[in-house]
Amino acid sequence: MDKAVITNKLTKKFGDFVATNEITFDVAQGEIFGFLGANGAGKTTAIRMLCGLLKPTSGDARIAGFDVYRQTEQIKQVIGYMSQKFSLYEDLTVRENIRFYGGIYGLNRADLKAKSDQIIEQLNLGSVADKLVASLPLGWKQRLAFSVALVHNPRIVFLDEPTGGVDPITRRQFWDMIYEAADRGTTIFVTTHYMDEAEYCNRVSIMVDGRIKALDTPSGLKRSFGTDSMDGVFQILARGTSTK
Amino acid sequence: MTRIRFIIEKEFKQIFRNAVLLRMMLAAPVLQLILLAYAANFEVKNLNIVVVDQDHTTYAQRLVGKFRHIDNFRLKGYVPAYKPAYRELLASRADLILLIPPHFERDLGKENRASIQLLVNAIDGSKAGIASGYAQTIIRNFNDEIRTETVAVQQPATGGRLEIENQYWYNPRLEYKTFMVPGILFELLILVGGMIAALNIVREKEIGTQEQLNVTPIRKHEFILGKLTPFVIIGLVQFTMGLLVGIFLFQIPVVGSVPLMYGFAFLFLLLCVGLGLLISAISETQQQAMFAVFFCLVLFILLSGLFSSTENMPTWAQYLNTLNPLRYIIEVGRNVMLKGSTFRDMQSQFVALLLMAVALISLASWRYRKTV
Repeated sequence: MDKAVITNKLTKKFGDFVATNEITFDVAQGEIFGFLGANGAGKTTAIRMLCGLLKPTSGDARIAGFDVYRQTEQIKQVIGYMSQKFSLYEDLTVRENIRFYGGIYGLNRADLKAKSDQIIEQLNLGSVADKLVASLPLGWKQRLAFSVALVHNPRIVFLDEPTGGVDPITRRQFWDMIYEAADRGTTIFVTTHYMDEAEYCNRVSIMVDGRIKALDTPSGLKRSFGTDSMDGVFQILARGTSTK
Repeated sequence: MTRIRFIIEKEFKQIFRNAVLLRMMLAAPVLQLILLAYAANFEVKNLNIVVVDQDHTTYAQRLVGKFRHIDNFRLKGYVPAYKPAYRELLASRADLILLIPPHFERDLGKENRASIQLLVNAIDGSKAGIASGYAQTIIRNFNDEIRTETVAVQQPATGGRLEIENQYWYNPRLEYKTFMVPGILFELLILVGGMIAALNIVREKEIGTQEQLNVTPIRKHEFILGKLTPFVIIGLVQFTMGLLVGIFLFQIPVVGSVPLMYGFAFLFLLLCVGLGLLISAISETQQQAMFAVFFCLVLFILLSGLFSSTENMPTWAQYLNTLNPLRYIIEVGRNVMLKGSTFRDMQSQFVALLLMAVALISLASWRYRKTV
């Protein structure tokens, strides 16, 4: 049980359209796994299947050993999820959001208190802890959302474009948090459009038109595609297709 | 179980923070109660009557005088002929035209019979019915008077005459408000229970928090109960306010048991929130939800017997009405409040409401999916 994610020919069709086409890969526990692809390549569909939000059409997948067809509720206890859409309650304060999601994950009163204090301390949000989330800058909200996704110490956290629309400094801070979480043993499954972020990952997969076209370490990918940047790798793969 | 507590706590925080909505939820129903109870009124007053008097005799004047003395009528004036009178009717300046033909008095005296013509604007059917009813009574009255005057000389005792005396039970003064308030009180609960609950959940779908909740181990029944409870509580507060307005402002008699009314209000609120949850489960946007709730609301109200008697509706509508929760609860409201009906009397309504509440909540939980 040292694999956090295992998939085998995982497929999702919407009518005739094949959103994810027989993707097969695995992610080790504690790994930072970059999940790249152009818009519409099928990343979000894949993530939603792995989180139990979407039933696969065919193929298999196991998350922390649990089956995505039959054990979705067990999966939900061990994963964290941060979607493209900002998903904290803007009309609740920082502390109330942590308390609500923590409570939903079954944390007891003492744990909730400790966890809230820890997150507020860690993100340096002491001065705004009792302010509505709506009043925070976007970068702060994203970091808070990430912390809330980790509130129940999940084994795996799925991040769907967590840094969209955020400035470079905040992105850097965000990745520091990702590293910290990975150091504590959390598996990170992250999608991004920023190629510099792809360099931070242990391994990267690149999806094109619903299929995984490449999967390796960033340096391995650059070597086999003969370029010196992840951007180059991405360009070669993305240009090869769907230029209809 | 503790998860439910966290949801309820969160809902209340959000509701209390949304000051505008909170004020609307609590103030609007009271305002509506006041407005509707005063304005939605079936009493026919201020009927404009135009007279075409082609006889110009004492009898004709006496007849017109009778209309003048009844509060419900307002004599707009005389016109010389039918044509201009008709024009008044077309322009909606007259509700009624009384046409007294030439030789009215002569015919009545000589031949003991004379005809007059009454034209009623019947666009509003029930108003027209009541108006012509009033007018006929006045004319009959006049007729009786003339008869007694002429006949009395020859035949003093006209024999036995049947007098009908009406006694109106439970609403002795035929107060329209007394009839309306119990109905409106319950009708308003659909607004909070149904509309606000439906919009609340669809809003979570729109902003994305619903998806976030769906990746948590939250269970269906926890989610449903957590969402249900706050709206039922607010609904009961609203019901209390409405009841107080009814009692103190409108002096509506509360003859029946107050706990029984609260019991029914609770059941009805469960049903409304169930409906709201079901609508939110099938809607993707607040617009869709709003439309669905509005559609149900208007249908329920029109068929409910709030404004018109259900017994007079066509058979198919009455069948349709067996699925109308508002109809049952209005029956309960009126009977318990004004008549003092007991639970035993309201059993069939109870069963109907209970079945619908269970069906709606089950459907909503069945339809609520954590997957998309």
